[in-house]
Amino acid sequence: MELSFDVFAVSILLAPFIAALLAPLVSRGTGPAAGWILAIAPAALFACLFSFIGDVAAGVPQRIAIDWVPALGLSLGFYIDGLSLTFGLLITGIGALIIVYASAYLSSHPQRGRFLAFMLAFMGAMLGLVLADGFVSLFVFWELTSVTSFLLIGFDTARVEARRAALQALVVTGIGGMALLAAGVLLHSASGTWDYAGAFALGGALRVSAIYPWLLGLIALAAFTKSAQWPFHFWLPNAMEAPTPVSAYLHSATMVQAGVYLLARMSPVLGGTPQWMLLLSVVGGVTLLWGALVALSQTDLKQMLAQTTIASLGLLVLLLGIGGETAAIAVAAYFVAHALYKAALFLVVGIIDKGTGTRDITALGGLRDSLTISFIAGGLAAISMFGLPPFLGWFAKEEMYASTGLDGWVLLAVMVAGNALLSVVALAIAIRPFMGTLKPTPSGPKEGPFAMWLGPSLMGLAGLAVVFVVGTYGDLVLAPMAGAIVGEAVENHLYLHFDPLGLPLWLSVVTWAVAGLVYWRLDTVREVLAGLLRRVRWSFDKGFDQVMFALVQLAGAMTRVLHHGRLELYVGILFVALALALFVPLSVAGSWPAIAAPELLPHEWAVLALGVVGVVTVVLARSRLLAVLALGVQGLAVGLLFILFGAPDLGFTQLMVEAISVVIVALVMTRLHLDAKDPRPLEDLWRDGALALICGLGVAGLLLKVLAVPFDARLSEFFAANSYALAHGRNVVNVILVDFRGLDTLGEISVVMAAGIAVLTLIRRQKRDAPGARRGARKGAAA
Amino acid sequence: MSTLIFRTMARLVAIVMIVFSLYILLRGHNEPGGGFIGGLIAASAIALFAMAHGVGRVRQVLRVNPIAIAGAGVVLAALSGVLSALTGQSYLTGLWLPAYAFGTPGLFDIGVYFAVVGTLVAIALALEDDGEAH
Repeated sequence: MELSFDVFAVSILLAPFIAALLAPLVSRGTGPAAGWILAIAPAALFACLFSFIGDVAAGVPQRIAIDWVPALGLSLGFYIDGLSLTFGLLITGIGALIIVYASAYLSSHPQRGRFLAFMLAFMGAMLGLVLADGFVSLFVFWELTSVTSFLLIGFDTARVEARRAALQALVVTGIGGMALLAAGVLLHSASGTWDYAGAFALGGALRVSAIYPWLLGLIALAAFTKSAQWPFHFWLPNAMEAPTPVSAYLHSATMVQAGVYLLARMSPVLGGTPQWMLLLSVVGGVTLLWGALVALSQTDLKQMLAQTTIASLGLLVLLLGIGGETAAIAVAAYFVAHALYKAALFLVVGIIDKGTGTRDITALGGLRDSLTISFIAGGLAAISMFGLPPFLGWFAKEEMYASTGLDGWVLLAVMVAGNALLSVVALAIAIRPFMGTLKPTPSGPKEGPFAMWLGPSLMGLAGLAVVFVVGTYGDLVLAPMAGAIVGEAVENHLYLHFDPLGLPLWLSVVTWAVAGLVYWRLDTVREVLAGLLRRVRWSFDKGFDQVMFALVQLAGAMTRVLHHGRLELYVGILFVALALALFVPLSVAGSWPAIAAPELLPHEWAVLALGVVGVVTVVLARSRLLAVLALGVQGLAVGLLFILFGAPDLGFTQLMVEAISVVIVALVMTRLHLDAKDPRPLEDLWRDGALALICGLGVAGLLLKVLAVPFDARLSEFFAANSYALAHGRNVVNVILVDFRGLDTLGEISVVMAAGIAVLTLIRRQKRDAPGARRGARKGAAA
Repeated sequence: MSTLIFRTMARLVAIVMIVFSLYILLRGHNEPGGGFIGGLIAASAIALFAMAHGVGRVRQVLRVNPIAIAGAGVVLAALSGVLSALTGQSYLTGLWLPAYAFGTPGLFDIGVYFAVVGTLVAIALALEDDGEAH
């Protein structure tokens, strides 16, 4: 049982990614059937998740955990409760339909296989995100959705708009990802574990703790950027640069809903406080009205839908802010209803776009005869969006209006206004392109193939079919999801009823009336709104560019300050820092060591004298070559000292290093085309000499200080005793290098090689950049 | 600088130095020496040869790009530890032939030798000819 559960968990996690790997092959091998074959993976996952529905509804969330990094207490866990199950079912269900659709939509595209691979990988990331049990896996999958959506939005790599939109989405959602990571670390510091159970166990204690405002701010930032809440909304409309199946998928039940998911997941521990309610309802309310108004100003069908997605996300955030059982059921009902109708409408717009060559609402009309199936599918979805009974959207709206009483009249007014404007868009999309007289279009008009109208039809029908099982639907899907949002079991009270005395019904009537009124004057309203937006020269999109431009400017300025290219300054700063590091501790904290005349044998004095002669020659030498050679002499003397005082390996190495450095320094000098003599003026010589003297004295003082400390022989004794016994070698130095501390050496030789590669690159680059010009410039700088 | 005497002697000295560097490398486990010093000696030998006979000749004799020698050395050192990992012990645990004649630490040391030779020779040669074979 244990094992099969693990295998099951891993296969859920990996199935979409494996399908993604196979997608290019399948796409090439099977042609038109590719979508159907690849859709098997999400469809199977859907069935798999569906089998949990009974257990979850009975109040038994499923937890599966596999050890990931046991040493850090990390496990890769899955947590299937009402919230994650509903998300998972929509991700896989809509995902399967969209894979089929996308395969037909891009049937003649040369990169179709790659596209399907990205879609499936994105699906895997999204599924991992909602099923993850714990902040580490949540973060990993969260970032994975950002990366895969970057690939999807920028799929059309040849167009600069697509690339910009992809980068913008990545930057904005990436900021949120950082916030999420910080929030996870904060929670870890409070609860001691990474998984949700630990955070939930804290309960109300978290709401009164000192970290609460930080936690709320970080979680909200993560959710608001991902879910395109105002003022981070601007990336979402730009993401419409992606092919239509991407928009349909990302903006219905996935990507942008991840922020809503995060807020819903955290609401049992973070929700219910005045700050939570204020922050979420204000941001959600502003986003709702903003998105709905901007949607009306658009003429591009896809842009209209994108803006309504922003509005719907705002509505969900607003409802999460209100909190409570009814609001939670409203969130659940609206999330499902929105996912189904929004995906269906996007797909219908894709069919219109393919079939006619345009998606400008003012250029379309009278398509009902040629695109009949799309008309019916889109119509069903639009009715659900409009919120007519007995469609899913109607139930969601009733719950919304019941979630707060008349004392929350501001919230009610915002919701009615937002819903009314969204309903106008629903009417416009369902009626304008299809009714009226047939307008000439660039191509077609032509209905899409079966693979393309299947998805929208099923999703449109689903919005209506639920009415027949509304009680069961409420029990099995909405109540468990709402329960996960509230944090305790929620009683389902969803059934088909009209309460003529109840407030919600009358608010619905007001919504429809306002919607009808605005729709009647739609063209005027659009002109006015578009004119207003035009008059304000600045937009958040432009603001993003300004911020990015300022960042690049700042980076450039910092680089110019830090990386000015004047070698003598770099070296000077390095040595000043060294002098400070050596001098300050010795003179402030410690005392200078006593200097006693050493007792040396005559030949040892001779070697020492050789070294001193070398150093003095370096300083006095007129020509650079002589200085380099003299420096080598000084190094040789040091090497000899090592050998005399019992460190043959060290001395040997020192000798060889000195020999090679003389060769390399001499070679470098011939390349630098320096003057043969040192051109520094006297004051520079004084300054550099003083610096050198201070550094030298500092090093000497430090060494004497170190020698004054009693020698701890434990390590030397260990290596002397064990070198032969454990590592079968008598040369302790070498045994340490290749055996006891072999991993260090491996790192060191890798660094040696990497440094070599860097040097080679520098030398080659220098040659490429027109040597004459650079040489002149450098001479100018040196003079 | 490149006199006949220097050119003739450089060839001899370089060969002796390379043989000596191998000796230093192999005896390193029990006596002073090892891969690092051996590598330095071999690198000086090749630099000496390059001064006498030109960089082009050195590249011709070496046949492969010296930085590739360094890469091979690092890979050899890294792989020498995999052997023990395959037998279930921790990475880089020393494995020995009977009587401790030779073992994976020896392979590791040879890797160090090649990493040092390759890097230094690559830099020295590139400084003379911009890193491009003529």
